[in-house]
Amino acid sequence: MYPDYMAESLRKVAQTRPARLELARKPDPVYPPMSAEERRAVLEGFHPDFEASARRAVRIGPNRGESLTTEVADMLESHSWLRSEQVNLDKPDFETDLLIIGGGGAGCNAALVAMKEHGMRSIIATKLRMGDANTMMSQGGMQAAVSRTDSPTRHYLDAIGGGHFENKPELVRALTEDGPGVVKWLEDLGVVWDKEKDGSMKVMHGGGTSRKRMLSCRDYTGAMIMRTLMDEVRNHPDMIDVKEFMPAVELIMDDKGRCAGAVLYSLDSEEFFTVKAKSTIIATGGYGRLHIRGYDTTNHYGATGDGLVMAYRAGAKLMYMDSVQYHPTGVSFPEQIAGFLVTEAIRGAGGQPLNKDGELFVFPREPRDIEASAIIRECVQNGNGIPTPSGRVGVWLDSPLIDMLHGEGYTEKHFPAMYRQFIRYGIDITKLPMLIYPSLHYQNGGIEINERCETDLPGLYVAGEASGGLHGRNRLMGNSVLDYNVFGRRAGRYAGEYAKKVKLGKLSLAHLDAYEKELKDAGVKTDLVTPVLLPSYAPEDVKKRQLLRGDNTLPGSAVLQNRLHDERHCA
Amino acid sequence: MTSVAAGTTRNLSISPADEERSTAAQRLIPISIMGKAYQVPAEATIMGAIEYAGHQIVRGAGCREGYCGACATLYRLPGDYKIYTGLACMTMVEEGMTLAQIPYVPAEKAIYDIEELKPNISAIQQMYPSVFRCVACNTCTKSCPQGLQVMDYVQAAKRGDIAAVMDLSFDCVVCGLCMLRCPAEITQPLMGIMAKRLYGRYLRKDSPELAERVKAVESGAYDAEYAKLMPMGREALSELYYARDSE
Repeated sequence: MYPDYMAESLRKVAQTRPARLELARKPDPVYPPMSAEERRAVLEGFHPDFEASARRAVRIGPNRGESLTTEVADMLESHSWLRSEQVNLDKPDFETDLLIIGGGGAGCNAALVAMKEHGMRSIIATKLRMGDANTMMSQGGMQAAVSRTDSPTRHYLDAIGGGHFENKPELVRALTEDGPGVVKWLEDLGVVWDKEKDGSMKVMHGGGTSRKRMLSCRDYTGAMIMRTLMDEVRNHPDMIDVKEFMPAVELIMDDKGRCAGAVLYSLDSEEFFTVKAKSTIIATGGYGRLHIRGYDTTNHYGATGDGLVMAYRAGAKLMYMDSVQYHPTGVSFPEQIAGFLVTEAIRGAGGQPLNKDGELFVFPREPRDIEASAIIRECVQNGNGIPTPSGRVGVWLDSPLIDMLHGEGYTEKHFPAMYRQFIRYGIDITKLPMLIYPSLHYQNGGIEINERCETDLPGLYVAGEASGGLHGRNRLMGNSVLDYNVFGRRAGRYAGEYAKKVKLGKLSLAHLDAYEKELKDAGVKTDLVTPVLLPSYAPEDVKKRQLLRGDNTLPGSAVLQNRLHDERHCA
Repeated sequence: MTSVAAGTTRNLSISPADEERSTAAQRLIPISIMGKAYQVPAEATIMGAIEYAGHQIVRGAGCREGYCGACATLYRLPGDYKIYTGLACMTMVEEGMTLAQIPYVPAEKAIYDIEELKPNISAIQQMYPSVFRCVACNTCTKSCPQGLQVMDYVQAAKRGDIAAVMDLSFDCVVCGLCMLRCPAEITQPLMGIMAKRLYGRYLRKDSPELAERVKAVESGAYDAEYAKLMPMGREALSELYYARDSE
């Protein structure tokens, strides 16, 4: 239940609701959408990316001199877990056609397509369990231009406008043009899409869509897709070898500068294993668990940007790594679920963001960066947020409107996960609004790819959230679910094709020595060892006692602690 | 201290570290994590409490928001014989609770080719015959942290009603608690996944416009429009974008 002091504000929300319901029933927007100038002003004034310390120049590597998100620059300027001379590459522990790093949606799609189209064998190496990925958590849906009023080129225009016209055109074309085919591919694998009575796809709006294009599986969209893909992967144990709790910690190259596999680390036995692969796909997802600017995150436990740093050390260029997506509607209260995602589909279905006086202050379906910035402005500048007992702040998201617009029972039927999430804390979202605030959600940029998922490095492919260029500096809702399907499939196709032809040379980790030298030459001093692998949520006093272990740069549980923000960080 | 949870190896005395921590504006309560006593915030989830105690979870945390089923947990409460189940990320601690996370539930997934199965009772018989061992005790339903009617979907599977299995198991997060508690040793969540796939593959109503759209893309129907849009600069695109109509 909400604390008593919020009752007055809740009363105002209820008071303004009938008039707002009338607005929502009309075809016009319930609040005027922003012009290009208004968008720029709210972004520059209030988006966390624009705060003075949000970015800094990275001192080493392929993007040297470029301004990146500070936490990302910190992560890139770090030591490897490995020293090249300690790893014997003469006899790899495993050999395979494709090594796929990451067992989420992109990785599973890639393995299936490489097998089906090219007869290629894969190893999927994943940090936690297969399916422990942001894919599993996507609630609201997937964009794909399937309805008669829509078209792939209109989807293109929406996506590129949402990304402020900075997206790589060939990637947006691939995304939007492959979309309908992906719907069919998933349906034939057994994904149960929400449908209308006549069999046509149920479509909804999302932020920045000009046509209803959001396909869904209730609000378990990602879970449905992920479980279907995983089940199909597990139906081919002879072709796809899944190695769980085995994250990659460095890429292996050959003497011709081609990617040739990776070194894996077993979280169970703390051993390292070498994998020689004809082609390698990074599908490691994003970085929400780095808690950029101290924000809560919607991301899964393993989202620590591992692929970025591995690829960067090997020489792959990053793109748009100065841009972070904060989802407009993370939970602000109850404390126990702070930062959790409230699906954008709530606004797609008619939910309205409101200030403490129960007033609309933004069009509910602006692109995410705009909507998030407007919420921050309403709280920080206008002082119209609602403070929580633990010192957070939030605005209301008026969910009771949904049943009023679509009929009683609609919320429970279409948003069972959301309903469940809040009713555990005595908040019935069909009767009371949710208290929300932006939450760290998505890595807009990543390792630069082309429409074949190729990087600067031959033999290295990237798909999904780890890649950069597709979304420009702002992704629209539903385009990441489509992204990992479209580009996961493409990565499997083109990495499979490449694997058929390539003859690898002598394996090497020389790039790690070169990177270490670059760190030294640039005068970078840090005790950070990456990939980070897992965040630590131990209280500070526990961390202090854990650090008695000493200045340990070797693997072991001390390295599992996220040391990005501890006092030993001596950059 | 009120009650001592069964299985604790020392009494629940408060260490100086605990005292220091409790000075922050939070009330601490005693719980037992795998038989060891800890003082944790009264308002914490089980997952939050385990991390507050200083554990680095490796197996037992995934999405942390109730979708992935990685954090199945068993617990008992003081003076209560019952075994309770929950997801650690979603369940609040209670005073005197004694708990253990279940890192993995052994179960054999059937290997099948979806193209060779039929969406009826034959698939259940071939792939998950253990379903027919159900004794209708309802333990699965009582153990489901999602509040699903698990036994009802097992019964539906016995009747070959694939659509009902799909509907009733839709929100299953595959935490495995039902199959761990089942006296008939059925693997309910795995059967549920197969049933959902069978429904999606065979029993769905096809979307005519989807088939048309896929065909149109394959035939290059949008090539010309893409060729016009792709070379456009920011200004031209911006003009088009802000002038577009909305549904």
